[in-house]
Amino acid sequence: MIEVLSSSALATVQDLGRTGSLRWGVGTSGAMDKLALAAGNLMLGNDADAAAIEVPVFPFKLRFGQDCAFALTGADCAARLDAQPLMPWWVHQARAGQVLTLGPPQGGAQRGSRAMLCLAGGVDVPVVLGSRSTQLRGAFGGHEGRALRRGDVLRAAGAGQACATGFGLVPPALTLPLQVDGVPAVRVLPAAEYPGFEEASRAAFWAGEWKITAQSDRYGYRLAGEALRPLAPMEMRSHGIVPGVIQVPHSGQPIIQMRDAQPSGGYPKFGTVIEADLWRLGQAPIGSRIRFVETTWDEAVAALDEVQAWLDKVERLVELHRSAPRKN
Amino acid sequence: MMALLPSVSLLGTTALLFEAPGELALSSQQRIWALARETQGWPEVREAVPGMNNLMLTFTQPPRTTQALDALEARLYAAWDAAVALPLQGRVVELPVVYGGEGGPHMADVVSHTGLSVEEIVALHSGPTYPVYALGSHPGYCYLGGMDPCIATPRRKVPVLSIPGGAVSIGGAQTGVSASAGPSGWNTIGTTSMSFFDPAQDPPALLQPGDMIRFRVERVVR
Repeated sequence: MIEVLSSSALATVQDLGRTGSLRWGVGTSGAMDKLALAAGNLMLGNDADAAAIEVPVFPFKLRFGQDCAFALTGADCAARLDAQPLMPWWVHQARAGQVLTLGPPQGGAQRGSRAMLCLAGGVDVPVVLGSRSTQLRGAFGGHEGRALRRGDVLRAAGAGQACATGFGLVPPALTLPLQVDGVPAVRVLPAAEYPGFEEASRAAFWAGEWKITAQSDRYGYRLAGEALRPLAPMEMRSHGIVPGVIQVPHSGQPIIQMRDAQPSGGYPKFGTVIEADLWRLGQAPIGSRIRFVETTWDEAVAALDEVQAWLDKVERLVELHRSAPRKN
Repeated sequence: MMALLPSVSLLGTTALLFEAPGELALSSQQRIWALARETQGWPEVREAVPGMNNLMLTFTQPPRTTQALDALEARLYAAWDAAVALPLQGRVVELPVVYGGEGGPHMADVVSHTGLSVEEIVALHSGPTYPVYALGSHPGYCYLGGMDPCIATPRRKVPVLSIPGGAVSIGGAQTGVSASAGPSGWNTIGTTSMSFFDPAQDPPALLQPGDMIRFRVERVVR
């Protein structure tokens, strides 16, 4: 058993997301940083899509009620197990009664914004419509369909099991970096209404820095920058959208749909942040600035391959550690 | 904007969006339903998701090359040309609505945009029987066809951070009822109470494409 000791809100149980229910109006949810989730799970010998705890607000504390191996990935949160500092992107062993504390993300300009706490065997919550992810809008999935709060008790499906611990990974922010002029960047495929914007706005979109405003969360990131002006007002019919779609409401300030996004919308679509780069955005802190890089279909598919190759490498590395003789 | 030809556009590497040409129409939607049924069987397609006279196809795996992508788009256009209207016939569900007042905070915006009185807006909104074209937005939410264009009102300049479940609203030429509290860019003109979604049921949504909604005026608050 694992008891949540923090009242800090917005930590949720997430897996790789819910597919198959879009036609009922159910969005995918799922981890904001899928690389952190998948890598943390692989390090523990879990399936890549086992459920974990995503923590966006700090400090966050929990107590292990029994021995449990865990992996910390995502943002480096100066974690401590009781008083002992822990390495980020590393597999650790907790003993019954120990308290895990996650502090504010560190790392200066390179810091992330969300920690992912993966547990041996995954967080044991019921599968609802094919996933363990929390559907906040629909109030189902995850832990009772809501964010975690103080006093909640979760179970790790593999608590007490022997797990190879004491090894780690170089985080993908270092091995798969992407910046433009020193500013974190993501790649974007133009979408249907892109030609419907003024040429100056299109140029400004690629050339400018965009601030992630305080009104940004798992649903979407509201950006601030030079307003994007359509050639003529556009009223769209409601249509399916996916995480990554950049909508431009009448204000001209874009909104990037994130993992809790609605599965449909009606604002004009400027472009889509490619799936292979959405984890970068998932780690971008509020108040930070990002740049957009125009990409092509072939590059976007290759970027997905690059992410998969990184995960394959993680899997091989983990296999080496797990099969190595244990040192005591 | 009325397109004369169907179009296909990209939603990143995750999905394609097919949009039917012409004015928003039930006959087009019936062909969209047929196209959804057809494409759901394609190996590249994870989910075929109808919208308002459009269809999103999410990929099991994105096509490997632009050539493969072009080929898929060509098949989609051909399937649209071959699609025959699928006339789904469902049940009629009546929803009692309190128009205006606290539950309809944007009624004044619809009044000022349309130049109509509250009574005229309520009469035009509660007159038709609205077919459910598609579900989307949030669990159990229905997109409806058939709203009188006289009460069409643009989506809000800045989305509202949260509107309650049961909110009856207008966004552009469409109307709908929110199934749970959440952000919205639409203009809320009234409120109703009805449970639209239960994940433990199969299907989890109360209404399906082809069902009909009728709004009954319970009260008009000035």
